[in-house]
Amino acid sequence: MKILVCIKQVPDMESRFKVNAGGNWYDESDLAWRMNEYDEYAVEQAVQLKEQLGDAPEVTVLSIGPDRVVEPIKKALAMGCDRAVHVQDAAAASKDPWQIASIIAAYARDKDFDLLLTGMQSQDRGSAQVGVTVAEQLGLPCATTLVGLAYDNGTVIAKRELEGGLKGVVKLKTPALLTCQLGLNTPRYPTLPNIMKAKKKEVLAIPVAELLTEQELTGTAGAYPPPKKGCGTVLEGDLGAMADRLIGILKEKTAVMR
Amino acid sequence: MKALLVCEYRERALLPASYELVAFADRLGAETAMVLIGDPSAAPRVTGKLYLAGAARYGEYNPDLHKRIVLEAAQRERADYIVFLHSSYGWDLAPRVAAALRIGQISEIVGIADGGFEVGICNAKLRRSVVPRTGRAVLTLQAGAFTPAGEAAGTPQIEQIDLAGEASPLEFVGYEPAEEKGVDLTKADVIVSAGRGVGKKENVPVIAALAKALGGELGASRPVVDAGWVEHSHQVGTTGQSVSPKLYVACGISGAIQHLAGMKKSDFVIAINKDKDAPIGEVADVLVVADVLQFVPVLTAKLV
Repeated sequence: MKILVCIKQVPDMESRFKVNAGGNWYDESDLAWRMNEYDEYAVEQAVQLKEQLGDAPEVTVLSIGPDRVVEPIKKALAMGCDRAVHVQDAAAASKDPWQIASIIAAYARDKDFDLLLTGMQSQDRGSAQVGVTVAEQLGLPCATTLVGLAYDNGTVIAKRELEGGLKGVVKLKTPALLTCQLGLNTPRYPTLPNIMKAKKKEVLAIPVAELLTEQELTGTAGAYPPPKKGCGTVLEGDLGAMADRLIGILKEKTAVMR
Repeated sequence: MKALLVCEYRERALLPASYELVAFADRLGAETAMVLIGDPSAAPRVTGKLYLAGAARYGEYNPDLHKRIVLEAAQRERADYIVFLHSSYGWDLAPRVAAALRIGQISEIVGIADGGFEVGICNAKLRRSVVPRTGRAVLTLQAGAFTPAGEAAGTPQIEQIDLAGEASPLEFVGYEPAEEKGVDLTKADVIVSAGRGVGKKENVPVIAALAKALGGELGASRPVVDAGWVEHSHQVGTTGQSVSPKLYVACGISGAIQHLAGMKKSDFVIAINKDKDAPIGEVADVLVVADVLQFVPVLTAKLV
């Protein structure tokens, strides 16, 4: 069995974001980077399947981007993936979801992966398109937004998260692509021995030009901060004084203190 | 300009959010037709054309067949835009339709800007105006971003779609209902919610104490529930409960879109957050810029 996990590196979402010089994306300087949270669940799921099936599956992790994306690749290897592919692309952020999907599909085509796992969306762009589009480009069945997954002998029972706590259960056969939602599992922390072991694992570098043949289908006209509503009261300073002020506001503006 | 609006239908009912599609098309100034895969009795109350395919035959969730039905309607209608809600149904189906047509998709639209569609990036901390490079495009709309002006009224002109049924590679087994609600937050007058900013499970009682002092219930954001700090029945947001209390206090919640969608109908919102620029500030009547773990105990002490 062969599994492909696709991961993206994204900034820490607690960061402050500024528009870049080109005016079409966020400024990438002075940001802390990490593995897209949704993708951590995809990596964990792949590693759990490997454990469930007695180490038989070979798990490949793939990421597209500049040299810094080797960091989350190494984390995925330390979590238990076997080998990695780094599609080298300094301009990955300017490609649209269709192009990113086409790069992954171009790599995965003819490689006979039984299962492809992705996060259901990225935390920065959040289009929720790439996974499904890869499946469509490869002609594979696809289930999205998984919060539960059971695999047995080529059949996947997937639990999709719908709205308001409802879930939808679907069944599909491999080869298939699945997109992972938060809460699907509990992503592990790499242990020190596994971090050391990961250093010896193969990271195959492929220049993006070898895989990209598609033009963008959407483009960015501009990026800008959201309009500030700015009608709220902002309290800053001494804790006790803020608490008194807040209680005053609650008495004046709401019925809950009466 | 013509827009084909794809209704949402679940557990034998039209989801009311489907009318948000109409509100968007009105803003866009597009002629519209709708498509519903569902029972005729669930037809939206709109004037204009409705392409209808029976759920008895095509299922409530069957992405491969639903894709073909939407493509058929889009072709008959010669639609410029095919519009979905950005939901578990829409974000699942939209890319399949876009890929089949090799046209661009723009996801989770929050507004219409000059020459483009506005979407958020990085937890809505920035916005981007996106333009299709293809003549036609698939669009998905953020939940709640386009609100219908009033009660819908009208009777659609129904045109049936029948496709030869084909075995689908994906079998829908059934729904699994939400876990029994431990707490019904929808009836609470006051909700005090804990977010990632509380740091760890051991700090949740600090927030619970404030909830008690205000005579309210404890709520939580998704990361706090996923981490197992608070049980799921307390979760506020699109995948938890949608609430509208008299007072909502967000403690250490940055304000992800999914959370805001579940609480922005609250009458009065207080946000306590270290980050003055956190998106929760956008919906807060009062923003207290402070560390929750320092400020909340001080506030609670003055209330009891």
